[in-house]
Order: sequence, then structure tokens, then C-alpha cells
Amino acid sequence: MADNVKPRVRVPRDATAGEEITIKTLISHPMESGQRKDGDGNVIPRSIINRFTCTFNGETVIDVTLEPAISTNPYFEFQAIVPETGTFEFTWYDDDGAVYTDSKEITVG
Amino acid sequence: MKLTRRHTLMMAFGSAVAAIMPFKAFAAVEDEIQAFTGGADMGSDGITLIAPEIAENGNTVPIEVNAPGAEAIIVFAAGNPTPAVATFNFGPLAADQSAATRIRLAGTQDVVAIARMSDGSFVQARQEVKVTIGGCGG
Repeated sequence: MADNVKPRVRVPRDATAGEEITIKTLISHPMESGQRKDGDGNVIPRSIINRFTCTFNGETVIDVTLEPAISTNPYFEFQAIVPETGTFEFTWYDDDGAVYTDSKEITVG
Repeated sequence: MKLTRRHTLMMAFGSAVAAIMPFKAFAAVEDEIQAFTGGADMGSDGITLIAPEIAENGNTVPIEVNAPGAEAIIVFAAGNPTPAVATFNFGPLAADQSAATRIRLAGTQDVVAIARMSDGSFVQARQEVKVTIGGCGG
């Protein structure tokens, strides 16, 4: 597991039913591409987050496959529809099998 | 420098390699596009790729793709050692089929975005990004 992996997610606290909201996510992760070499000329093995998903009350909003060409600290911004009060679940899958999650609640008023 | 037979041969070899290299990278991305589209014809309407014309740092190049009605959008960097960048699959709760992220580019090259529409057709957008400092740590 990579060190100091910390997900950060920005979701509005409330919305009207059916409103489109913008979600921004950032997770601190080195995203080692497997192309770089260390001081002795040995290739540093690949270690990246390979998949990111966002769901709302179990329904998919976005499912992203990441390749080594995604920058350090992967950032995503996308739009979601909020049909009702519920919870956004965010999941990041690491190459080494670790899974990082975060969730945000949103109230439809 | 005197041009000997050896020098001439080496130079000829060097330029031949230089000529083949970009073609190889190009072929790799064409293969991956083929794998995604199955060789279908691609239009160019209905997809927007926003990328900077000049990126000073190839380590973090902000890009944005938008294709209304798309099921999935795949992004390639044609000149990277591995051309695939990311695949965005949109679920039923995606408000519009757009996403923004930051990518690595090894050098000046084309960024290609291809969307698979819900009717099974494909559209692509392509933009050249000039990179001052490459992002592959070479």
C-alpha cells in the first residue's frame, strides 16, 4: 500500500431533485508509471491506482480505468444527477490490491 | 570532421532509426484504437477535447473531454511509451458525459479522444499539445 494515500472529495451539501452537480475528487498517490529509473538505472516498478468509481445509492455515475499516463495525485471532475437524498460512494483501486474509499451525503430539499 | 565510410554508414543508420521510431509509436496507438472501435468508421461531430496548446510541464497536463450521449470515452496520448491514458465509462446517473483530469505527456504529440455513443457509433477528436518538459522521467 502506498503511503499517505488520502482521498479528497468535494460534493455540494444539498441540491434540488434532479439537479446536476459537479463533483471534484483528488487522491494523493505517487502513480509510479513503471517508466522511471532510480539512481542505479533500475526501473522503478509500476504502482498506480488502476480504477476509480463513483456511485450514488448503488447506481453508477462514472467508472474510470486509469493507465500510467494519469498524473500523480489523480484528479477527476465530472457531473452527476441527484434524484433523491442519498450518499455518493467513491472507490479507488490500487495496483497492490488496496482499496481506498470515501463517501459524501447529499440532501435533496 | 572528415567523412569516412564508417561515419557515413553510422549516420545513415541513425537517421533510419529516427525515421522508424515515430512510426512505431503511431502504429501502437492505431492498434489500440482498432481494439476499442473494432475498426468502425469515426465521425468528428459531438465530441469535444479541451487540452492546452502548449503545456510547460508534461507531468500534469489538464484535459477535458465532453461527448453528449456517449457510453464511454477513451483517451490516448499518441506519443507516449504506452499510449492509453484513461477510459471513462458513464453510468445512468452521470448528468452529462464529460470529465476532466490531468495527464502525463512524454513530449509534443497528439492527444486523441474517442467516444462510443449509445447507438454504437464512434466519434473522435484530436489535438496537438506542445510540451516543453516531458513527463516520463527519462
